[in-house]
Amino acid sequence: MKAALFIPCLTEHLLPEPGLSMVRILNKLGVEVEYVENQTCCGQPAYNSGYHQQVIPLAEQFIELFHDKEVIIAPSGSCVAMVREEYKHLKLREDLKAPYERLKGRIYEFTEFLVDVLNVDQLGGRFPHRVTYHDSCHLSRMLGVREQPRRLIANIADIDFLEMQGSDVCCGFGGTFSYKMKEISVEMVKRKCDSIQESQAEYCIGADSSCLMNIQGYLTQNGYSARTLHIAELLARSLEL
Amino acid sequence: MHVTPRKTKTYIKTALKDSVLRRAVLNATGSTVASRQAIIDELPYWEDLREKAHAIKKDVIKHLDTTLQTFEQRCTDNGIQVHWAADDQEARQIILGIAERNRVCKVVKSKSLTTEEIHLNSSLIDKGIDTLETDLGEYIIQLMEQIPSHLIIPALHLTRKEIGKLFQEKLGNAYTEDPHELLKIARRTLRQHFLSADMGISGANFGIAETGSICIVENEANAHLTTTLPDIHVAVMGIEKLLPDFKALPYFLKLLPANATGQKSSTFVNFISGPTHAKLGEGPKEMHVVLLDNGRSRILQDPKLRQTLFCIRCASCLNSCPVYQQIGGHAYGWVYMGPIGITLIPQYLGESVGKTSPYVCSLCTACRDACPVKIDLPAHILNLRSRLAAHGKTSRIERTGMRIWAFLARHPRLYRFATWFPGKAQQLLPGGRSFPAPGYTRKRTLPRFDAQGFRKRFNTLQMPSAGQQTEHANSEDNR
Ligand code: SF4
Repeated sequence: MKAALFIPCLTEHLLPEPGLSMVRILNKLGVEVEYVENQTCCGQPAYNSGYHQQVIPLAEQFIELFHDKEVIIAPSGSCVAMVREEYKHLKLREDLKAPYERLKGRIYEFTEFLVDVLNVDQLGGRFPHRVTYHDSCHLSRMLGVREQPRRLIANIADIDFLEMQGSDVCCGFGGTFSYKMKEISVEMVKRKCDSIQESQAEYCIGADSSCLMNIQGYLTQNGYSARTLHIAELLARSLEL
Repeated sequence: MHVTPRKTKTYIKTALKDSVLRRAVLNATGSTVASRQAIIDELPYWEDLREKAHAIKKDVIKHLDTTLQTFEQRCTDNGIQVHWAADDQEARQIILGIAERNRVCKVVKSKSLTTEEIHLNSSLIDKGIDTLETDLGEYIIQLMEQIPSHLIIPALHLTRKEIGKLFQEKLGNAYTEDPHELLKIARRTLRQHFLSADMGISGANFGIAETGSICIVENEANAHLTTTLPDIHVAVMGIEKLLPDFKALPYFLKLLPANATGQKSSTFVNFISGPTHAKLGEGPKEMHVVLLDNGRSRILQDPKLRQTLFCIRCASCLNSCPVYQQIGGHAYGWVYMGPIGITLIPQYLGESVGKTSPYVCSLCTACRDACPVKIDLPAHILNLRSRLAAHGKTSRIERTGMRIWAFLARHPRLYRFATWFPGKAQQLLPGGRSFPAPGYTRKRTLPRFDAQGFRKRFNTLQMPSAGQQTEHANSEDNR
């Protein structure tokens, strides 16, 4: 199988490690990966801020670049949700509608791909630490991906999985929300960090770098001991990849 | 208390500093969400109920004109006087007119957010009419001279201590914070008023077109007393509150209490189909229904936002909203708050007044799952945002920024250069610091830009892993 990588902006510019870990794991599983040149941004930040007109050409560009790929995989639920669930609300060019329909069924978030497509939920790694899991909003509620990452985590040897209170309560990032409504956003991420701490986990695992960046940013600056870890990184580390 | 969504940002700051309020809101919403979930867990057909309720509402809203005509006709047949109010001012005039004609001195009120929407209380009081809220929460809010902070639990933001102090101050009893005692005290005061009031004003949870009835769901029986003891009963309802017939009702009588208060069913369900005095020798002599438009028919004509008229005001979206849970209801600056509030504010009050409201949301989509009539709230919030942006209601800096960004994103080489630059520039910052993002980084650190970026790193990563991969593929083949 050949998978096209859909690399979100945050992975490209700020946090490449989850993306690289994802590639290593896919390679290990025999999936050939391809970086699609000329990809930029799926348009989510602008879309969520209301600039729907500006997003149309980006969506069209995305469809043109990716529509003929066998599968498309991204280390981020919200970007996949953007393509799978939101592009359909945009007035796309007529000739792109059929390609979009095809593409929609072949784009996956990383853990969803491993568990639902490859039928792999046990990679055989080991990680002797206490961890908890944060359900990103778009991944859990829009894509319905809740069990897949939990199964992958639970099957790592020696790991101690602790469910936190309100694992699916928003961490307060919300893209431009974290800036526009920073006061509320900060209180929301504080609540999330408190839940993580109460769970006594050493690591908060997530499948969306944006949430993890927000959570990690608050943890670091406010003296919490827990750290965040993207699930791809967790799997790669547990396999010593 | 005069509030406006224009000042939302200021209210938010005030609310966030109020730790007592925040604890009260978080506890109350948390317990309602938990008891609601317990009910859902017991009902395998929960989703079917929602589907059905959505379908019924969709149909009513689609045929609202004819359904309203039927409702009016049947009400009139039942001896109910039906009034149409285009806006809040007209609604107030109609109600004041009824009061004046009947020389009303005292009004008791129950169960009505719609009257909050039209600011009825102050206009009655200005005319010298003694006006008293009789639902405990509403009564507390009235004593406090505030507006409700929640659709169902108006005094949700207050603690028992605060209410105890309020009663002591305003009603002169000895201080107590025991809820039963407080209820007793309130009841003593309110009972006298029920008996001496000339007019009762209520809302309506549902209007039933086929029979010309209104339905009021409650737990305290105050609506029952309000609508039966005084000589005149006036029900104020939004034109969207209709159901076609009694067959449609059970779905809503199941969904409403579960979503509103986490109860399997409510204590009382009142059906009122006209003034009963002539027939029974008791109950009101006159009954009026005021059908309020106040912007609703405009929303009806808007195919993209029409769905917001399905709302049954259950507050489930508020309870599940992590933003509401932090700031409570007053911060939104209007009678409707939370996810449904922020979709209604710009629609009812105009885009200029409501230009901040749709942004008081992190788009977490919890409200979509919570809504019993399956209103796609996040989609409406996004829609309103897109209109605000298209109508120039966002800041010029933001608009220009978005335009530049969209241009770059369509030109991959330029985009790559523009996004490579910060990574390089950041290396010049002393001490491995990241760029400051004013506001964002006051309480949170941001990671540093990666000087290479994923694409470059991926290209260097390819060599060894490609070998590994062939090896793996070969072993697959050999099996
Ligand atoms: S939008 Fe839905 S959840 Fe919110 S109050 Fe209305 S009916 Fe209830």
